Amino acid sequence: MTPPETPVSERPASETPAFDTTPLDLDGLESELLHAIDTASDLDKIEEVRVGAFGRKGRIPALMQEVGALPPDARKSFGQAVNRLKDRVGEALEAKQQALAGAALAEKLAQERADVTLPVRLGPLAEGRIHPVSQVTDEITEIFADMGFAIAEGPDIETDFNNFTALNIPPEHPARQDHDTFYFPEGADGARPVLRTHTSPVQIRTMLARKPPLRIIAPGRVYRSDSDQTHTPMFHQVEGLVIDEETHLGHLKWVLEEFLKAFFGVERVKMRYRASHFPFTEPSMEVDIGYAKVGDEIRIGEGDRWLEILGCGMVHPNVLKNVGLDPERYQGFAFGLGIDRIAMLKYGMPDLRAFFSADLRWLKHYGFAPLAVPTLAGGLSS
Amino acid sequence: MKFTLAWLKEHLDTTASVAEIADTLTRIGLEVEEVFDPAAALAPFRVAQVLKCEKHPNADKLQVCEVDTGTERLQVVCGAPNARAGLKGVFAPVGSHIPGLDLTLTKAKIRGVESNGMLLSERELELSQEHTGIIELAPDAPIGSPAAAALGLDDAVIEVAVTPNRPDCLGVRGIARDLAAAGLGTLKPDTITPVKGAFANPVPIKLDFDQATANACPLFAGRLISGVKNGPSPAWLRGRLKALGLRPVNALVDITNYISYDRARPLHVYDADKLKGPICAQLFKPIPRIEDHNLTRAEEGDYKAQHIHAVRKDDWIEGQAKFDVTFYDPGELNALDGKTYPLDPDMCVIADDSGVLGLGGVMGGETTGSTDATTNVFIESAYFDPKRTARTGRKLAIQSDARHRFERGVDPDFVVPGLELATAMVLDLCGGSPSEIEIAGVPPKANAPFAFDAGLIKRLSGLDLPTSEIRRLLAALGVELTGNGQVLEAAPPSWRPDISGPADLVEEVVRLVGVDQVPSTPMPRSSGVARPALTEAQKRQRLVRRVLASRGLVEAVTWSFIPPDQAKLFGGGAPELTLSNPISTELAAMRPSLLPGLVTAAQRNRDRGLPDGALFELGQAYRGSRAEDQLVAAAGVRFGHSALAGSGRDWSGEAPAADVFAAKADAVAALAALGLDQASLMVSREAPAWFHPGRSGALKLGPKLTLGVFGELHPQVLGKLGADAPLAVFELYLDAIPPSKRKTVTKAALDASDLQPLRRDFAFLLDAGVAAADVVRAAQGADRALITQVGVFDVFTGKGVPEGKKSLAIEVTLQPREKTLTDSEIDAVAAKIVAAVAKATGGELRT
Repeated sequence: MTPPETPVSERPASETPAFDTTPLDLDGLESELLHAIDTASDLDKIEEVRVGAFGRKGRIPALMQEVGALPPDARKSFGQAVNRLKDRVGEALEAKQQALAGAALAEKLAQERADVTLPVRLGPLAEGRIHPVSQVTDEITEIFADMGFAIAEGPDIETDFNNFTALNIPPEHPARQDHDTFYFPEGADGARPVLRTHTSPVQIRTMLARKPPLRIIAPGRVYRSDSDQTHTPMFHQVEGLVIDEETHLGHLKWVLEEFLKAFFGVERVKMRYRASHFPFTEPSMEVDIGYAKVGDEIRIGEGDRWLEILGCGMVHPNVLKNVGLDPERYQGFAFGLGIDRIAMLKYGMPDLRAFFSADLRWLKHYGFAPLAVPTLAGGLSS
Repeated sequence: MKFTLAWLKEHLDTTASVAEIADTLTRIGLEVEEVFDPAAALAPFRVAQVLKCEKHPNADKLQVCEVDTGTERLQVVCGAPNARAGLKGVFAPVGSHIPGLDLTLTKAKIRGVESNGMLLSERELELSQEHTGIIELAPDAPIGSPAAAALGLDDAVIEVAVTPNRPDCLGVRGIARDLAAAGLGTLKPDTITPVKGAFANPVPIKLDFDQATANACPLFAGRLISGVKNGPSPAWLRGRLKALGLRPVNALVDITNYISYDRARPLHVYDADKLKGPICAQLFKPIPRIEDHNLTRAEEGDYKAQHIHAVRKDDWIEGQAKFDVTFYDPGELNALDGKTYPLDPDMCVIADDSGVLGLGGVMGGETTGSTDATTNVFIESAYFDPKRTARTGRKLAIQSDARHRFERGVDPDFVVPGLELATAMVLDLCGGSPSEIEIAGVPPKANAPFAFDAGLIKRLSGLDLPTSEIRRLLAALGVELTGNGQVLEAAPPSWRPDISGPADLVEEVVRLVGVDQVPSTPMPRSSGVARPALTEAQKRQRLVRRVLASRGLVEAVTWSFIPPDQAKLFGGGAPELTLSNPISTELAAMRPSLLPGLVTAAQRNRDRGLPDGALFELGQAYRGSRAEDQLVAAAGVRFGHSALAGSGRDWSGEAPAADVFAAKADAVAALAALGLDQASLMVSREAPAWFHPGRSGALKLGPKLTLGVFGELHPQVLGKLGADAPLAVFELYLDAIPPSKRKTVTKAALDASDLQPLRRDFAFLLDAGVAAADVVRAAQGADRALITQVGVFDVFTGKGVPEGKKSLAIEVTLQPREKTLTDSEIDAVAAKIVAAVAKATGGELRT
């Protein structure tokens, strides 16, 4: 950038000094100073020029002292001439100083160049993950909360009574064999605690603690002594329970349909109810959901394949009696659904065992962002 | 339960296809697991007749046959010795695949003679190992017809999963009854007719039980058939059994197996010549041998586990240290499966004068079983108690068809008809002369009739059906309904032990009509805006989970059970929290802490080549089996170089190695999210023994309430877990956090002064062991009105600081309230701070 200058030759005629005969050569001084300004190469040099021109012992203050020695009639015009000189030199000085400062800054900035292609750390929000089981549990919770269900919980180590007997599975009942139960040694009361084989004991805990009407879901870990490609000794279920004086099978169907539509985010689900048997419900059903497999992708609500996803039924009168409820008055439904299984269906994980291997590669790939909280307002699926 | 289509049609008049039958079975609760059609595999093969048979010109053992396949006459070279003119066999044309040879036939020249196909042996069709000659079909087999039909292998086999409540469907007739009720045909009438005995039963039957155990075998019927000719059963019967995967034995045994599958009625046949004296159902009676043993109570458990026959002579008296034990000489049974089983006094056995003959309802004995040589057969048809049968079977791990049926409950009213059916079949297949039937005991009562309000169906299912339809469906199942109008009297059939009340009938009607017919009915929602569905504790868990994830930790779910040695390292591994039947010893002990699982998971990731990272988990940790001893914990591990800003190396600088402060920061941040700010927490050095003693701490709320622990693990613990440093962990006990006492959501008014706060720095020289928290607390207490914040900005040891000392610098923020502080006021506060710190810690101001 070139500093603005006003060359002497272009000075307007009106500014021509009133007298040229003065022993003091103002023009010479001006051109000398302007030259010095012009040729100053850095800010230190320009400061030297400024001090030489305007400093206490500088050339211009010296000129002003000479004004007094002039004839009175010449003083005015000389003074004006000096002032003009002062202004012009000052301006030139200022301009040059700015130009040099700008150049110096530009040079400094040019050296402050960062490699903006260097990668940045994404920070903790990008690193952290929520496990699919937690995420899907949150999704399920959101849907059922909207239908007026509260969330109930129970311990993993259960009493034989809560896990079996109260659920109409007395000792020696053949259904006990189907449960592949993990047992603990006999306790002081002679009973053997078990690792709960299903979330159904939470039904018992809920009905013993509170009076109808009840609407709960109970997600949690369950255990079966079974291990292969599709079975792990620990997995997750969510239990549903509604008890009041009029809820029937038709309501159960509606709740399951609404849930599955909301969960899978589809307009329509194909469901198939098969009569089945669970000791704690009557009638009992198993429910299959229709799907299509397109490549590796599973599409719910399309196609003609069936996959069993849950068991359900009307709560057995004996279960109601076991918790002190009158089956003549109270009725309702219960269902149990595999959380891991519907997580796999929805998000496409191929292998159940990987859920529990704590492999960071798997968790980062199938896990969910920390702030991807499922809400009805913002959408359930991530 | 398996059966074939032809077998089903003996009980069910139906025109339905296999597919329709299978769909219906699945819908009504008899889930079809497999439909196997053997004819499909045999489709290429046809019946053909050998017309001419001549010796091969170039080979001694080969013949050249002319074969009529029904469509053409072909020359076939055959090596079978039984090949001859007139024989009808199974012909494999060129292009067909021979399963037993795994070969696709081509037109070939065998020793110079052209051969156009092949006549097959049983082994070549994979029907048996028979390969001495080609299959000889019946002379009336139509030439050119499918070989499957001529072989009797055109019958589809259907396998259904029968739920434990349906013992009646462990027989083909029960399945047929269900299908008929579901509208898929008509149940054929039963044809069992009693066979009159020719002589008195020579084998007396006794039931030897006391009143309390009489239900073990309340009914035992039997009869002798003399002069039978045993041996292989006819082809149709063997074919039936083989189709089900059963091994034909001999006619007498095959008949019992057939009836077991046809009628869900297990029977047993004895070689009557091997019986000694009366046949008796009883509990196993061991011979006692008393030995005095002085066992402590703890020893008794071990002892009983090793000696199932040990019974204590006297009652246990609490506090008494020693007592006597009575032993019983164990009994044993050599059972039909060739194995020997120990007996105990809880088991119902069948015995004669020679000893135990069999386990009632479970398995017969080897010594008295019927063989090909049997000429006098005694047939047993009894009712055994389901529970006792289940116990015995489970104890001895015997899976038999008899146990499977008895433990689910056989039809008590079919004990004698079943014996009559067996008699008729024995006479038919083996000849002989039957004795009269002897019956000991009476059949247990079927479920009592009950009142049934037909309106219950609508109330429970929402299904609106006319009463006539309800009556029709239930009658088809054998439920006797009496009365008119809405409330009926229902008597369940003897073969349905699962029907005992009105809800059971609702289930029957709903499954037969189909749940698909139940109209989906919206559930009324509560009006207004929904209340939170989560409890306070659940909200905390959700919040902590998201907070930890947003600090860069990755959520894992690890097993609730861990190796016992790892559990012991973390204060667990008690016997009462160790599984009796773990899936492996590595998954046997309930975790006392989430840390062992996370730390070993961290190491597995390292071993996979991920050197840095952070994991966390929320879940139960187990201190006992009571609900209140199963605590919800949140735990995390940072390993390698992992910090809030990220993990691992970066051009901007490597993340710091995971250490006690990284772990503390995570723990404190999670608690802060739950409303517990750092100032309200006490940090103590009381971390458990599995932590590094110097680089760990506990977060407490008051002296007794520990909310969590954090730090680096003890190097020995790390070593035993096979994990490498650097690694730091924390664990929070979410259930220990007291519920919020806040009663209002309104926040207190903001107290923001217009006056500038001032900051003053103080550096203290302290003993190295002085806790920073004590300095901060002392400084804070110096003037509670003015001092709003105390921060630590430097901790230093080394040059200029004497050995055993440290320099700790704090920044104190003073907030003037009413007017600007004068220099003398500031000096006064500063002096108070120095004095307070000196008093609390012995520290001196560094100058």
